[in-house]
Amino acid sequence: MAGYVGHGPTEERDLLRAIGVSCFEDLLVGIPETARQRAPVDIPPGMSEEELRRLFRGLGARNYDPEKVPSFLGAGLYDHLIPAAIRQLTLRSEFYTAYTPYQAEVAQGTLATIYEFQSILCELTGMDVANASVYDGGSAAAEAVLLASSVTGRNRVLVSAALHPHARQVMETYADGPGLDLVTVPLGADGRTDLAALRALIDGSTAGGSAAGGNVAALVLQNPNFFGIVEDAGPLVEATHAAGALAVISADLVSLGLLESPGALGADITVGEAQSCGNPPQYGGPLCGYFAAKKELVRRMPGRLVAEANDQDGHRGFVLTLQTREQHIRRDKATSNICTNNNLMALGVTIYFALLGPEGLRETADQCLQKAHYLEEKLAAIPGVRRVHAGPFFQEFAVELPVPAGPVVARMLRDEGILAGLDLGRIDAGRARQLLVAVTEKRTRAELDRYAEVLTKTLRA
Amino acid sequence: MNVPQDCRYTKEHEWVRVEGDIVLVGITDYAQSALGDIVFVELPKVGVKLVAEQPFGSVEAVKAVSDLFSPVNGEVVEINAAIGDDPTVVNKSPHGDGWMIKTKVLDATQIDQLLSPADYEKLVAGLAGGH
Repeated sequence: MAGYVGHGPTEERDLLRAIGVSCFEDLLVGIPETARQRAPVDIPPGMSEEELRRLFRGLGARNYDPEKVPSFLGAGLYDHLIPAAIRQLTLRSEFYTAYTPYQAEVAQGTLATIYEFQSILCELTGMDVANASVYDGGSAAAEAVLLASSVTGRNRVLVSAALHPHARQVMETYADGPGLDLVTVPLGADGRTDLAALRALIDGSTAGGSAAGGNVAALVLQNPNFFGIVEDAGPLVEATHAAGALAVISADLVSLGLLESPGALGADITVGEAQSCGNPPQYGGPLCGYFAAKKELVRRMPGRLVAEANDQDGHRGFVLTLQTREQHIRRDKATSNICTNNNLMALGVTIYFALLGPEGLRETADQCLQKAHYLEEKLAAIPGVRRVHAGPFFQEFAVELPVPAGPVVARMLRDEGILAGLDLGRIDAGRARQLLVAVTEKRTRAELDRYAEVLTKTLRA
Repeated sequence: MNVPQDCRYTKEHEWVRVEGDIVLVGITDYAQSALGDIVFVELPKVGVKLVAEQPFGSVEAVKAVSDLFSPVNGEVVEINAAIGDDPTVVNKSPHGDGWMIKTKVLDATQIDQLLSPADYEKLVAGLAGGH
């Protein structure tokens, strides 16, 4: 079988004749002249193989080597340790070169790993059912909101101000079509989603609404939230349920080594970004969203689902299931337009948790917590530096500097080779002096001590 | 093909049977046979307002899903919980134990506009001829 079928001028002419046009331009008559690009496209001349190699080597050399630059950048993607076995196993060609093989007849290995992924996610989140993964944590959160709206028949969604701003942006894009109304729930001074404000928003939504419970479809929380703070989720979930709405929690999986699971907190849907578990934070992607829910919501879930089954001889096997939710069967009534998964990333996640086990995960989470608190104490002791929120935190916290954070981050990276964290001014102009600092188990005490010294020196300069 | 004479029918293969000021709604024998093994039926909650010709739920078979369309304007007063536990009842007894909802009728004249058993038989015969 030919691996690649090219076409030259002869084939092109034959193809055009077969469909009854005389030249390629004839295919473009439907495009208005104003939308046509007539000027030649500015593409530089071709390069030799060696020239191209040099070009890319030069570009690559401009990156900071993550092995030499300790990273305190988090905000959704964390620099956790990655056991070497993950790369070795995910690079096996059966996994690495295959494009989303879901055919039960030929893909039992892949389907088995997806089933493991789903099972691990259920165990971690305390949910009944998890899908095979979605594009990223942002689309997972947006899909959760669509599901909540379709189940409740309501269109208002209350979103914590401490949901990752990128997840919020994806949600806004999704919300436009079905006309969902996203309303922000503000934070209290401690950095937690404000319960009184949530209650007021629910009451406000009920007052004008006709049906009991008003028009609130869901509350979306992140835990730990975007600023690293551990939410007091229980009462927020309770208030949400009392209004007949669903509780959606976006949870960091490593934190679940220590924190209560979203299921135990009463969440109906749990979503989030799993990329950091087993996959490096390479240029911010590719990512791996996860989506898990209570069993009664399974028929409205987005994405692929793998189930255990028996073949005709009674042997255990794995198949895609409940495909009637999906658009190749349900067309315009599909629950979602996601009909794939980020399988290579999900495989990394699966192997990561299989290698760590419950003990390893607890230890990882504990080290993140301890090291983050060690650094926070050191930073808070620097004159002019203070923590932004008083609430409890897991592996990430925001500090307020006496000067804008952007130039401090740039100087620490350029002069000292430390990736100091996220300048929050990039997210919110009102937070220009705030720096979001993440500390994982990978950071050594020497790196933490040096961070504090370098920040002190940089602020003095 | 069983087409009970005491029902009226829709082009979408639902039947209605009038019992006082309430009607029962289900899917026809033809519909269940065309769908094959039914694995799930999604029904509305009691109290939901129905609009004629608008979807009120769905029937899911192994490899297909069909919307259920309301034959009349109405309000759901009861749903058949038994088919939630065992949806194969719809295959076994589409016009009997496999009924789906009971609804209050807001406009009785809509029932007269539905297909008679004879007209529905003609419709189905036409569909079968196509195979």
